[in-house]
Amino acid sequence: MSANTPSDLPVVSDRLAKNAMRHASERVIEALLFSAAAVSVLTTIGIVYVLVSESIHFFQNVSIVDFLTDTQWTPLFDDAHFGIMVLVSGTLVSSLVALLVAIPMGTIIAIYLSEFANGKVREVAKPILELLGGIPTIVFGYFALLMVTPLLQKIFPELPGFSLLSAGLVMGIMIVPYIASLSEDAMRAVPMSLREGSYAMGSTRLHTALHVVVPAAFSGLAASYILAISRAVGETMILAVAAGMQPNLTWNPMEPAATITSFIVQVALGDLPHGSIGYQTIFAAGLTLILITLLFNILGQWLRRRFRENY
Amino acid sequence: MQIHDHPTLKAEARNLNFYYGEAKALKGINMPIYDKKVTALIGPSGCGKSTYLRSFNRMHDLYPGNRYEGEIRFYPDNTNLLSPDVDPIEVRMRIGMVFQKPNPFPKSIYENVAYGLRVRGENNKRVLDDKVEHALKGAAIWDEVKDRLSDLASNLSGGQQQRLCIARALATDPELLLFDEPTSALDPIATGAIEELVHELKKRVTILIVTHNMQQAARVSDYTAYMYLGELIEFGKTDEIFIKPQDKRTEDYITGRMG
Repeated sequence: MSANTPSDLPVVSDRLAKNAMRHASERVIEALLFSAAAVSVLTTIGIVYVLVSESIHFFQNVSIVDFLTDTQWTPLFDDAHFGIMVLVSGTLVSSLVALLVAIPMGTIIAIYLSEFANGKVREVAKPILELLGGIPTIVFGYFALLMVTPLLQKIFPELPGFSLLSAGLVMGIMIVPYIASLSEDAMRAVPMSLREGSYAMGSTRLHTALHVVVPAAFSGLAASYILAISRAVGETMILAVAAGMQPNLTWNPMEPAATITSFIVQVALGDLPHGSIGYQTIFAAGLTLILITLLFNILGQWLRRRFRENY
Repeated sequence: MQIHDHPTLKAEARNLNFYYGEAKALKGINMPIYDKKVTALIGPSGCGKSTYLRSFNRMHDLYPGNRYEGEIRFYPDNTNLLSPDVDPIEVRMRIGMVFQKPNPFPKSIYENVAYGLRVRGENNKRVLDDKVEHALKGAAIWDEVKDRLSDLASNLSGGQQQRLCIARALATDPELLLFDEPTSALDPIATGAIEELVHELKKRVTILIVTHNMQQAARVSDYTAYMYLGELIEFGKTDEIFIKPQDKRTEDYITGRMG
């Protein structure tokens, strides 16, 4: 290269100057990208800050022990009780019902789409399935209330008009597309060479799917389940419409109950004076919700690391 | 060399054509595979040697639009492996395969080797233990893994993984073992180990091996087939193919003037 000869030295320094320019523009881009990322992080921090600071006021009036152990939730009554477990039980029962529907169904659909369906079926079925995820949850809520509950009442005549069961089942159907779509992506990412290895051993499609593809895609499946849990725990409208809103400490899905989210909707719709204890319960309940979601996310991260496959 | 004293036939391709959709990838191949011998398939990239190899265990059936014509006769029972009446799963129960890139399953070392046995319905712990050990010894990897059979197979080195895949294929006692460029992802030492293994294995099993490496073909095989553009150009004893090839195209390839 001629650049190595002494006479070319000024050219080299020119090139360096150009480099510095390039460096400057790259730093601008970097700053832009960083600020885009920062917006979402700052929003999260802001939300957590508001929740925590308002909750601190709340916990100055209500002891944490009462909050966690009281069996009644009547924040707006004269004889106020603040037992969050009442709302947590509704949230967990409805989520459990939803996940019992969504995880098996979503996984089976994903296995079918990824391992059995031919290209044409997949091309049609997957967009339709994903469309299901685009239906507003309020529609699902009335579907639960007006279609599923009467249907369930034919099987269980004693089922009340509002129930965690009905809301949970429909919530499960709502979550199916998330699990199916993400799990299918994870399974399709399993390299063909692994499947060929299994087929070459004389294995059937089903055996290959269950014993090679599913274990290989497990971290992706776990991620989709965690997302499903977060969706179920945070789902609001279906429960507000179809599960009833009365606080009820119960582990029985056949009963109506309020969840953390449906309580927040209920209170937020009323006109509570700013700074009152009733107003602050919204933030304490919201904080509890975030902590539950966080817990499952950490569990999910751990699962993913534990079962990460390098193929 | 006893030219006329060929051993027994294990398999035989008869007028084998193969199509990927419209594209004809194999053109009228006639070729014997001899029992308990190593047959090497050589030829430039895209000549159809892997396609030919993968016809033996019906791997092409996994993908839509592929079509076979002609026969691959499999002895001693004289089955046509390509017949639509023959279940590809039955074929794969009898014919093992080792792939270009090691592809252990996301399971323990033990479960990888036991996989084919479990597929065949074997669940007796003692039988499995026994056959897994035997297969791992057969693939010359037992001493390296015997103390960590429950470790994930993906923790092994590339060469070890490939020997594990050989053990996996051996565990079910295949009659024919297909190797699709088994050493192309391995370093020279691991390659040497695999070649030595192939040499050892032919006492027990018939081997068909695709290789890009001519020295490898010369080292490990008894018979060699040279393929070019989907056709079988020349087939013969390895010594003869490498010392005095009959066809000009074979000679050009072997001497490095082409490919």
